[in-house]
Amino acid sequence: MEPVTRVSGSAYPWGAKNIDTDVIIPAHWLKTIKRSGLGKGAFETVRAQPGNIFDDPRYAGAPILIAGDNFGCGSSREHAAWALGDMGIKAVIAPSFSDIFSGNAFKNGIVPVVLPQEAVDRLIEVAKTDPVTVDLETMTVTTPYQDRFPFELDAFRRRCLMEGLDEVGLTLAKDTAISKFEEQLDDERPWIRRDAAHAGFAVEGAGRT
Amino acid sequence: MSSAPRTLYEKVWDAHVVERRDDGSCLIYIDRHLVHEVTSPQAFEGLRAAGRRVRRPDLTLAVPDHNLPTTPRVDAAGNELPIADREGAEQLAALRRNVAEFGVPYIDALSAKQGIVHVVGPEQGFTLPGTTMVCGDSHTSAHGALGALAFGIGTSEVEHVLATQTLILSPSKTMEVRVDGTLGFGVSAKDVVLAIIGRIGAAGGTGYVIEFTGEVIRNLSVEGRLTVANMSIEGGARAGMIAPDETTFAYLKGRPLAPQGADWDKAVAWWRTLPSDVGARYDKSVVLNAADIAPSLTWGTSPEDVVPITGFVPAPDSFADPSKREAAQKSLDYMGLTPGMRMQDVPVQHVFIGSCTNSRIEDLRAAAGVASGRHVADGVRAMVVPGSGLVKRQAEAEGLDRIFTEAGFEWREPGCSMCLAMNPDKVPPGERCASTSNRNFVGRQGPGARTHLLSPAMAAAAAITGRLADVRELMG
Repeated sequence: MEPVTRVSGSAYPWGAKNIDTDVIIPAHWLKTIKRSGLGKGAFETVRAQPGNIFDDPRYAGAPILIAGDNFGCGSSREHAAWALGDMGIKAVIAPSFSDIFSGNAFKNGIVPVVLPQEAVDRLIEVAKTDPVTVDLETMTVTTPYQDRFPFELDAFRRRCLMEGLDEVGLTLAKDTAISKFEEQLDDERPWIRRDAAHAGFAVEGAGRT
Repeated sequence: MSSAPRTLYEKVWDAHVVERRDDGSCLIYIDRHLVHEVTSPQAFEGLRAAGRRVRRPDLTLAVPDHNLPTTPRVDAAGNELPIADREGAEQLAALRRNVAEFGVPYIDALSAKQGIVHVVGPEQGFTLPGTTMVCGDSHTSAHGALGALAFGIGTSEVEHVLATQTLILSPSKTMEVRVDGTLGFGVSAKDVVLAIIGRIGAAGGTGYVIEFTGEVIRNLSVEGRLTVANMSIEGGARAGMIAPDETTFAYLKGRPLAPQGADWDKAVAWWRTLPSDVGARYDKSVVLNAADIAPSLTWGTSPEDVVPITGFVPAPDSFADPSKREAAQKSLDYMGLTPGMRMQDVPVQHVFIGSCTNSRIEDLRAAAGVASGRHVADGVRAMVVPGSGLVKRQAEAEGLDRIFTEAGFEWREPGCSMCLAMNPDKVPPGERCASTSNRNFVGRQGPGARTHLLSPAMAAAAAITGRLADVRELMG
């Protein structure tokens, strides 16, 4: 993952509430086995409407999206984060995010910035004409008009973003602790381990294909 | 161990901490991981690229569901029929290749055990109380019905769990949703969860894990509890849990992957310690009374847009919040509804009985009870999609398939079907569907499709009358 320390540029001044991941990327785009190329399906139903914000030349290629409450609700599809990333979005500013989307965004180098509604409203006004800057060093969102809105991020996630860390690799380094937990688990809750409980099934029905 | 009273969620969390970190987050062990074809290919590809293996194949179970057509899968001679959609077929083939390469237990599309992941998990006894359970699907919250801490994850997290059997998580806040009293005539688990979401809102549970409590929840079957917990995510909560009890144990005993013998006794003894302690504190509590819950349905494009079937299409002006007013107007335009219209006067062209919310045997029994001896109205296409091959087999043994087909319903093969417009089962633009699924989002059942969420019995009533109907008028 590419490190992210600062995202600066034009922003889609959208503000829509309860944007679900079916709107971000409809299900028929989910048949891909790749992570790339989903930008062309992003906001497909919104883009079908004339005069929509995503096809407004003023915001073409904007790296920031400003949305309303509960952004990314619904399906867990990480394709939503991949689609946003593919269309060049590196930060989303909203009063709240769904828990699953927010996790997916972090893992793809997209900063989910939570700000109060008043700050979001102000940024929507500014973004109609001017750029917005999200800075992970200072943990602020600023505009050319002296606006300065501080925000918070989980410390570990902030570090992962800023250093572009491979989280799987970091956890694999904890192998000793995980193995120790597994030994304890076998002892205290032996029914969790499936081969110990009984044989179970390996590949059910596969012989018929 | 702390002696302070703990909630069910806190007990399950504490039992899975591998490592506590300075910032309050924890490395949490994952006991059960369900995998399906849509959210896993990129995760397996990530493992392959980094030369990593699946740490615990025995704690993992893969089954295809989202893409599978619900038309017959074999011809008269028993040969597998090809899937017409090239991309869908490729994704299903990728799952088969990946489970073979990484040694992951797999239920194939042709097995009677195949079904929707969230139907298969409990049915096989793969889902157990007090476990941590994940799947690359937001409706994983369903498994909380058995007292698991179960939640949906993205594909990067799927890869993380495959490689490490853990996730880095921060503790959630806790919300108790208590439903007191006794459900009225014709009121089902679906109506209960719709009422809950109507109350807390689609974002009301964001950042929380819900625990559903109270007399109504205690009296629900495991099937009903699965319906309630399934839709926790529609209220914004990543997980919803119900304390395991005798109903849970009776449901699980003897299931193929449930513990047996001495392990079973040991497991039950531990499971009995899990319910929230007296005096345990929740960060938020919400109380509903069963007497206030009628057969309900949605009118708009968010699961929080709930009205009783005896109600009316709301006027946007009736909402205090200006942004909700604007959203309501957009919803009504999309849904083709006029404020003040009686919900019962709204005609439907499609009825879908299925999905991980409502495709279990009790759901099919409830719908068949309404359909029996009646016929689907002219101009309505109604389909019943069992949640798994085993549900289908059970329904056929009970003669439910004949009740449905004689009434003019289609009786189909198990899968996610018309819930999400990913396989051939879709609602055409501008047409209206009474659906037992969980999401009424714009375009969810197909571009321009209009969805009303309701219970299986209410869906059957809509099919029979050709409009949104009060099922109580069709019940004995």
